[in-house]
Amino acid sequence: MEIPYTIKARPDTGLINAKLGIWLFLASEVMLFGALFSSYILLRVGAVEWPHHVLDVPLATVNTAVLITSSITMVMSWASLMMKDFKKYKIYMGATILLGFVFLTIKYFEYSHHIQIGEIPSKSTFFAIYFTMTGLHMLHVIGGMIVNSYFWGPGSKMWKTEPERFTNRIEVAGLYWHFVDLVWIFLFPVLYLL
Amino acid sequence: MELTHAEDIKKHVRVYITVFVTLLALTIITVTISYFNLSVVPAIIAALIIASVKGSLVASYFMHLISEKKIIYAALSLTVVFFLVLIFVPLLAMSDRIH
Repeated sequence: MEIPYTIKARPDTGLINAKLGIWLFLASEVMLFGALFSSYILLRVGAVEWPHHVLDVPLATVNTAVLITSSITMVMSWASLMMKDFKKYKIYMGATILLGFVFLTIKYFEYSHHIQIGEIPSKSTFFAIYFTMTGLHMLHVIGGMIVNSYFWGPGSKMWKTEPERFTNRIEVAGLYWHFVDLVWIFLFPVLYLL
Repeated sequence: MELTHAEDIKKHVRVYITVFVTLLALTIITVTISYFNLSVVPAIIAALIIASVKGSLVASYFMHLISEKKIIYAALSLTVVFFLVLIFVPLLAMSDRIH
């Protein structure tokens, strides 16, 4: 059975189904992270004291730059397909995946350092919420990387048979990836700077 | 976002690069401000304003929200309402307990 409205927009919504679908999914993601931000506010307001600059700010600043860069490479991969340049798509999508790896590697070093010196979730409310929020975000990064890797590798075969549908897929994957970047944009100041 | 011509895309690429540079600059600014040792309230206000500007840039340009269909705006408006309830209702409950 053919999946409807993968290329042409559905007349009543004016959108392809996948795009409306991903936005509804992202709306549910806003509520998921919103619940954690709400918990953070409650914990912080109720705390007698709250640690300031105990996390590695320079390392997290680099990671912020890495995710922002991955966002532009992601949007450039879609723009390359719109300009019918498949080679550039491969380069930009490859760079996006690579930058995801860089982000995870930096996070690994951060986590290992904290665990080594006993800064684990049970140490304080701060570390509990820190590991919960960044851990959930990291899972989202891994999820995005799996999808992006599929579209970089075996999934990219679709470009030869259905280029428009493939371009739409990359736009939808991009919306998810930018959302992951957007969440980090708020996590960074909330956990590292304030 | 409906784009068909390569020229239109090239124009958008220039916008993406400008947004990218702005995002990096705002990241440096927010980190610098955090070392000023401001008191809690101004520090939170400054950090959240910068994060909101950065978030808006990503959503508007990278996620193309600046030129989307009405149904997406409708879904997101509902999300914003529920998000605000999620953030503020627990705080209301807390202030109630204090009094």
